[in-house]
Amino acid sequence: MTAATIIQSLASGLLMGLLYGLIAVGLALIFGLMDVTNFAHGEFLMLAMYGAFFLFAFFAVDPLLAAPLVAAGMFVFGAAIYLLIVRFAMRAKANIGMVQIFTTFGLAILMRGLAQFFFTPDYRSIPTSWLGGKTVSLGGIFLPVPQLVGALISVAAFGALFFFIKKTDFGRALEATREDAGAVALVGIDKNKVFALGWGLGSALVGLAGAVMASFFYIYPDVGASFALIAYVTVALGGFGSVFGAFAGGIIVGLVEASTALILPPSLKSVGIYAVYLLVVFIRPRGLFGSI
Amino acid sequence: MDTTFAQRRRRDLILALILAVLAAIVPFFVKDVNVQNIMVLTLMWAALSQSWNILSGYCGQISLGHALYFGLGAYTTTLLFTKFGVLPWFGMLGGGVISALIALGLGYPTFRLRGHYFVIATIVIAEIGLLLFHNWDWAGAALGIDVPVRGDSWAKFQFTRSKLPYYYFALVFCCVAWLVTWYLENSKWGFWWRAVKDNPDAAESLGVVVFNSKMGAAAISAFMTAIGGAFYAQYVSYIDPDSVMTFQFSLLMALPAVLGGIGTLWGPVLGAVILIPLTELTRNYLGGSGRGVDLILYGAVIVLISLARPEGLIGLFSRKPASKGVPQ
Repeated sequence: MTAATIIQSLASGLLMGLLYGLIAVGLALIFGLMDVTNFAHGEFLMLAMYGAFFLFAFFAVDPLLAAPLVAAGMFVFGAAIYLLIVRFAMRAKANIGMVQIFTTFGLAILMRGLAQFFFTPDYRSIPTSWLGGKTVSLGGIFLPVPQLVGALISVAAFGALFFFIKKTDFGRALEATREDAGAVALVGIDKNKVFALGWGLGSALVGLAGAVMASFFYIYPDVGASFALIAYVTVALGGFGSVFGAFAGGIIVGLVEASTALILPPSLKSVGIYAVYLLVVFIRPRGLFGSI
Repeated sequence: MDTTFAQRRRRDLILALILAVLAAIVPFFVKDVNVQNIMVLTLMWAALSQSWNILSGYCGQISLGHALYFGLGAYTTTLLFTKFGVLPWFGMLGGGVISALIALGLGYPTFRLRGHYFVIATIVIAEIGLLLFHNWDWAGAALGIDVPVRGDSWAKFQFTRSKLPYYYFALVFCCVAWLVTWYLENSKWGFWWRAVKDNPDAAESLGVVVFNSKMGAAAISAFMTAIGGAFYAQYVSYIDPDSVMTFQFSLLMALPAVLGGIGTLWGPVLGAVILIPLTELTRNYLGGSGRGVDLILYGAVIVLISLARPEGLIGLFSRKPASKGVPQ
């Protein structure tokens, strides 16, 4: 194992990590807002990937161009899921935690079933795209262009999100609702509207991730499952309720995964991620940047 | 208050006895092998969900990693039998003890975690177990292990000609799991667990040894889950990591209790009786198309029950909400 190989894998790990962060941040945002973990998050990612695929297959739209469209579509989808389903799960008086886990889990199974029904279980891919198959060399390190662009989009999305939360009215309403939903209602902000917009925004972010990933991953009804667990670990590692935690958590997960793959057989690469998560929460039970 | 509680417990016991006798008679009238298979699975999942309910329902420590104990039970029994010729009965007990010990070892660091941090820790620990078994060549790695057929006998717990012995074992397993829960409900630990679930800080200040009571719940729950895993291995006579240790199994253990009524005595049984036949029938009749119709139906039912009956289907049967002194 030479220094070059190590740097090469860490660089790929970093790119993948930024994407993990982008996949996870929607989950972190929704959780931070209303303490709900969306167990269908992976299926949201799957839906977004299919969105990019069908835009390509029917209208020859490149995934890069499709990304904003898919994100917009996912915004509407996420807000609708909140208004039609999650809102009612929040009303439960008894064991609310389990109710929201299993409502969103049921939704995940339902979405997977619908995807099999309408899209068939076949593996799809986008064979030709502007970025697909290209690599660039930066000082001897080869980076695949789709992942590189995906990582840049992730950084840009995080930057925009930070600006949005800190500087806009809606962002402030989001923060305020998170702090104290009851008090927010008193000053005339509709809690349901803020929650719906939060779900929309969180889903748009995972939509962005899905569209980017569609250009270099196979697309099939179960694709969300493997990324969902990584997303939960990413959010928890960074600390629930922290958007910055999801960003940092994503990078750590990507780097740890790449380093584990250097030492252990590839099939065990996730063990490193899980072990690091356990290590972190055993030392800091609220994750790295968590407040709750 | 005490008298009504005692009355309710006696009524529960009588009802359980009647149901057990009925369940014991049913196979005399139902000869269809497919239906018998569904009955075996229903009893098994009811017992597993009952075991899960002890830690997650009564004690409030939501585990979505019980597949680890299920898999350990299945693997311990099968490995001891195929590699060393140890009878499955000893393997079953061995698997239970190993799982209980591992639950205690894992509980030591994880019970400091709360909420979602704890849930995710249980998921990733089970995933680590799954990946290790995937790569453990001696234990068959990803290919898994066939349980060799050595003829029908109770000693070897193998029956190729009839499902009835499995059915009666599953019935006994289900009854024992129910009785253990019934007994614990009214024990010192049962009361401690509810206190821990409702408010761990208040419980601690009132002298409940929170940590120890969580450990106790984890050990009992893991032991019984492993018995179920050992039974499953004997029943299907082939195991691989994906068929006994995936996240799916952890969810399947939780679902009947959640839909039936989490932290209640009858919830897991009721949930399993509804959910398992539904799962099996939709898979048999609708799953063959490969178009996911079974998943659509299953997912929709889970969403609907969760929304319509958040306290579980058991709420349909209670005459008045949450009788005094008996947490629901």
